[in-house]
Amino acid sequence: MPLDVTSRLQEAEGNAPVSTRVQKASVPLYANRIKVYPKAVTGKFRTIKWVILTVCLSVYYLVPWLRWDRGPGQPDQAVLIDMPGRRAYFFAIEIWPHEIYFLAGLLILGAVSLFLVTSLLGRVWCGYACPQTVWTDLFMLVERWIEGDRNARMKLDQQPLSWSKAAKKVAKHAAWLVIAAGTGGAWVFYFTDAPTAFANIFTGQASVTVYFFVGLFTTTTYLLAGWAREQVCTYMCPWPRFQAAMLDEHSLVVTYEKWRGEPRGKHKAGTSWDGRGDCIDCRQCVAVCPTGIDIRDGQQLECIGCGLCIDACNAVMEKIGRPQDLIRFDTLLNQQARARGEPARYKLLRPRTILYALLLATIVTVMLVAFLLRPTVEVSVLRDRAPLFVTLSDGAIRNGYTLKILNKTNADRTYTLSLTGVPSAKVNVIRAGDESADEPVVLSAKADSVATYRIYVTAPAHAIEAESTPLVFTLRDRDGKGSAEYHSVFLGPER
Amino acid sequence: MPTKVEKDQITGTRTTGHEWDGIKELDTPLPKWWLYVFYATIVWSLGVFILYPSLPTLSTYFPGITGYWSRAELAENLKAQQEIRAPFVKRIQAASLEEIRADPELFDFAVAGGRVIFAENCAACHGAGGAGAKGFPNLADDDWLWGGDLEAIRHTIAHGVRNANAESRNSAMPRFGADGILTPAQIADVAEYVLSLSGTAGDREAAERGAALFSENCASCHGEAGEGNVELGAPRLSDKIWLYGGDKASIVQTITYSRNGTMPAWSERLDEATIKMLTIYVHALGGGK
Repeated sequence: MPLDVTSRLQEAEGNAPVSTRVQKASVPLYANRIKVYPKAVTGKFRTIKWVILTVCLSVYYLVPWLRWDRGPGQPDQAVLIDMPGRRAYFFAIEIWPHEIYFLAGLLILGAVSLFLVTSLLGRVWCGYACPQTVWTDLFMLVERWIEGDRNARMKLDQQPLSWSKAAKKVAKHAAWLVIAAGTGGAWVFYFTDAPTAFANIFTGQASVTVYFFVGLFTTTTYLLAGWAREQVCTYMCPWPRFQAAMLDEHSLVVTYEKWRGEPRGKHKAGTSWDGRGDCIDCRQCVAVCPTGIDIRDGQQLECIGCGLCIDACNAVMEKIGRPQDLIRFDTLLNQQARARGEPARYKLLRPRTILYALLLATIVTVMLVAFLLRPTVEVSVLRDRAPLFVTLSDGAIRNGYTLKILNKTNADRTYTLSLTGVPSAKVNVIRAGDESADEPVVLSAKADSVATYRIYVTAPAHAIEAESTPLVFTLRDRDGKGSAEYHSVFLGPER
Repeated sequence: MPTKVEKDQITGTRTTGHEWDGIKELDTPLPKWWLYVFYATIVWSLGVFILYPSLPTLSTYFPGITGYWSRAELAENLKAQQEIRAPFVKRIQAASLEEIRADPELFDFAVAGGRVIFAENCAACHGAGGAGAKGFPNLADDDWLWGGDLEAIRHTIAHGVRNANAESRNSAMPRFGADGILTPAQIADVAEYVLSLSGTAGDREAAERGAALFSENCASCHGEAGEGNVELGAPRLSDKIWLYGGDKASIVQTITYSRNGTMPAWSERLDEATIKMLTIYVHALGGGK
């Protein structure tokens, strides 16, 4: 899909030929946007698009309101990213900050899924599920309700300012802003308790952070879906630029059957179709295109693969009694085959799709295994650095450690601590009222929290043979529900 | 140099009018958006001038309409923090050291607060974490000059060592060499004996000679077996811990000139609750008795 620079320059100069250097220099660096007025259309792909739009928006707006009982003292929101509490909740799953690699895994999963889907079905993400597409579609719907369809909107924009024009414009932007604010508001609900935040936002009691992010996402939604629209896809988004690497001649793309459409031209009812193409040049495919391109020019960077032109063309084909699917989702190879009169063949298994599928399966497996094997208790040990070690009056050496127990279960737990590596080492836990060195050392951690203990390990002088001796802390759940280990060292004087 | 303003033929932009060896420079205007942002910052700065302290006068300054002062903000923050801590501090004040030691909440508060207070006031001599240094006792070990139970530690912190405070820990070791009480040879013998108390093998004959001298001159404070005396701050000589060094030269130096380290009385600078928190912290460093 090469971008034809010369033709664009010509376009910018009103199709005048580029003849001299001086003329070239006066071409602006950035072409002005030609405003797109997409026409309403009905059909198979428009229906699919409406369904996906409804599902996506419903999921986005409703999910924060789902409740999930996690017991007392725990948030009851099904999906919640609790930044101050440093937890992420997803139904029964609870993610701690150090498990953020699951997020990285999800992002990689999303990327590879996108690669696979794109190599099979083309730009269906762009055309149907991308938030930019979904919200732009919603904004266009509102625009159509208020200002009318394509022709009415074009006429309105050319009219001088009047009370009715101003009223329509104000109504449109107000409606857009309301939707945008709803979008920004719903975003915030994923990071804080939704019902509380909802009430707080309207009573002015929410935090500055909440208002900031509501404002930020209101602004971006309003600007991107209301004003920028197809420019986001054409100029801002990196994905259209590099997805060409996933597409090949076997991928589904929106195609125009040039071999049967050309030569195009107006057609009078009742006259013969011999010696001419099926395309009657009604330009309906151009009128409905949300990015304002002509699909008959072939593959283009701007095409988001939404298939609305297919719906528009099929409606016309039905009226004039010609075969359907002059514009259709097809592969480039199939188009060549059809042109030769050969049957179309779809090849799903290709090296690239197999590779993407394998990659996807591997990542899913790795993530699933990592998730299922994720420990319910973890321990981390921080050795004191000041003092490095203490010599006691009988020559024994003592090291201090800070022990952190991460109890990821929903119940209070007790553990026994044992040490290996330093012979006859004694453990003292520094805590209120208790300094006994009894065996075994029992430590507890409250449900879903981190317990911190100061621990002193003392070893007789004769037991220490090196400046640094490996020391392993082992924590065992007393009910046999998991254990954790930490490898540290025990330091002594120079030998 | 000619300064005739002219238009560049190719771009249509004005030139600066200067020419260097046939090369002219375009006088391209600044981008509009940049210029407007720049003007906006000027307007913004006027607002800042009016709202915040800005212009100096001869003796003071114009404080701005808001009268903002970062120190006042800090003071407010400190006050807010103190209000949060107040209930705990009150409880610490009312409780005995043993009660604080036994109450998990107060104990954690005292240790956390004590750590900060220690770093601010004590670590300069005693080292981070009470690691100590030559002449400054290690507070994390189990050897105490003036006693290592809660009350003894509190007393030492509150009243200090060998200072003008009425309840200061006080004692003085004589300068056995400098004041001519013992001869250098006798001091060497005593030093050998002191070394033998902690099991360090040396000159056995000299140590035997030193034993009698030790019993005569040192045992009244340090004990017959060198077990020390916390009443007098006399260090235990029979252990592995040496405040001023455990080699023979250091011991000879100590006997000849004596040491007599000092410490300020912290009750003159810190309040009671703070000293209690420090006590709990030092006691929990590992050596508390």
